Amino acid sequence: MYKSLAEAIHDAEKRGITLAELALAQEAKDQGRTVEDIRAALMRALVVMRSAIEQGQDPDIRSASGLVGGDAAKMHSGPAGPLHGTVFRDILMRALAVQEVNAAMGVIVAAPTAGGAGVLPAVLTGLARDRKLSDEQLVSALATAGLIGAVVAERASLSGAEGGCQAETGAAAGMAAGAATELLGGSPSQVGHAVALTMQGTLGLVCDPLGGLVELPCVFRNATGSAIALAGIEMALAGITFAIPVDEVIDVMGEIGREMDVRYRETAGGGLAATPTGRRLAKERLYQIKRS
Amino acid sequence: MVSLLDIIGPVMVGPSSSHTAGACRLGLIARSLVAGTPQSATLELHGSFARTGEGHGTDKALVGGLLGFRPDDERLRTALEIADREGLSYRFEKTSLGELAHPNTVRIVVQNGANKATLTGSSLGAGRIMVSEIDGFPVEVTGSYHTIVLVAEDRKGSIARISAILADNDINIATLRLSRKERGGDAFMVIECDEAPGRDADKQLCALDWVRWVRLVDKVAGGT
Repeated sequence: MYKSLAEAIHDAEKRGITLAELALAQEAKDQGRTVEDIRAALMRALVVMRSAIEQGQDPDIRSASGLVGGDAAKMHSGPAGPLHGTVFRDILMRALAVQEVNAAMGVIVAAPTAGGAGVLPAVLTGLARDRKLSDEQLVSALATAGLIGAVVAERASLSGAEGGCQAETGAAAGMAAGAATELLGGSPSQVGHAVALTMQGTLGLVCDPLGGLVELPCVFRNATGSAIALAGIEMALAGITFAIPVDEVIDVMGEIGREMDVRYRETAGGGLAATPTGRRLAKERLYQIKRS
Repeated sequence: MVSLLDIIGPVMVGPSSSHTAGACRLGLIARSLVAGTPQSATLELHGSFARTGEGHGTDKALVGGLLGFRPDDERLRTALEIADREGLSYRFEKTSLGELAHPNTVRIVVQNGANKATLTGSSLGAGRIMVSEIDGFPVEVTGSYHTIVLVAEDRKGSIARISAILADNDINIATLRLSRKERGGDAFMVIECDEAPGRDADKQLCALDWVRWVRLVDKVAGGT
């Protein structure tokens, strides 16, 4: 797969194809499989994503520790806010739903990771429902997202333990923003700007889950990550460009991750995990998990 | 090489791709090194695996992998109880493998009858893994290929003989790494293949009298 988004964007534009087509052709070559075979695998992922969104809307769903659950249902039928009735609110609901299923040890698609698994399905399926987009179009968008994620994996990291939450929900938001921008008719170069405009907004984000459980704040960070992705999509499609090239934004995410203190890299030693309430809740809940 | 299907995937039981899915894959590789469910396993956890593993279900995922469950198998949730029923005796320890070790690293010692193996492996994020040591030999096994791990006498022509057997079985070699601790001592080979080596290939490799042991490591990643 590509190691530079600039290079991928250049190749796609030169050949007059989408980044999805470019990514599928490259993956077929790398893995010795057919494009149809890869599309079929992505279609299976889409089915699992949709099923998680359904399951996560159950008001009675609870995580392994009981710390989170039932909030997607509130987003679905709770009181109205300023985003009531919009695709924006629907996407926030979907992101919460997938992550609540993940926290309950349900089946999800890591995209790119389990901790950031809510953002991509939320943004893509939410837009598909609003714009009546086909599954074929969504499968192409998943390929574009995969290309972006692969570049992040090569240049920076996709691990909270290595790079903090910017490498998980931040990368997921960048993937979702790029994929959705192409899905809505953006050019390859607009995709690059969407990724950069989104990931600049998640730089420095720490990984600080209570007790090390992928529950709190992970569930909510998938919703806020989706919101940042939507901001990136909207700006890129409006023709806004970001002056720092997307590969450099990704590189600096990796650098910040490497310099981040270990307390902020999925060790439950800092951030929200280390607040007085965070520590107390984690102690109570871990005790509960051990007893159950 | 990063596969698109490793980024959009794996389909897995939550909650963490590195601490659950990646851990499960490391367990699966340890299982294939002893050709089946081990009777005993010691799992030494380093870094974030040691500190936050319980909350992420790393213990269940590692043991589930040893039992042969894949990352999307919902039995991972109850893997510890299933291990007790199936006679797999496991022990977790916390260890420090030094500053340079990846934060999500485990050292696994397994035994299945006469078969024993140790491996050190890390979960790199997004479910991707890297096994860096098998039985004291430095390796780089990602589980993205069907892999043959083989220990043989260090002698001339061994690679030619082995690659001929693979070619006869219609197996293409993707990568081959050879290492040894000393001249004339044991040579350690890691062969990543495009096709799954079947029983015939395994039998023919084992039949070479200068080959000490052969293990087939299942493809556990890379869009399976």
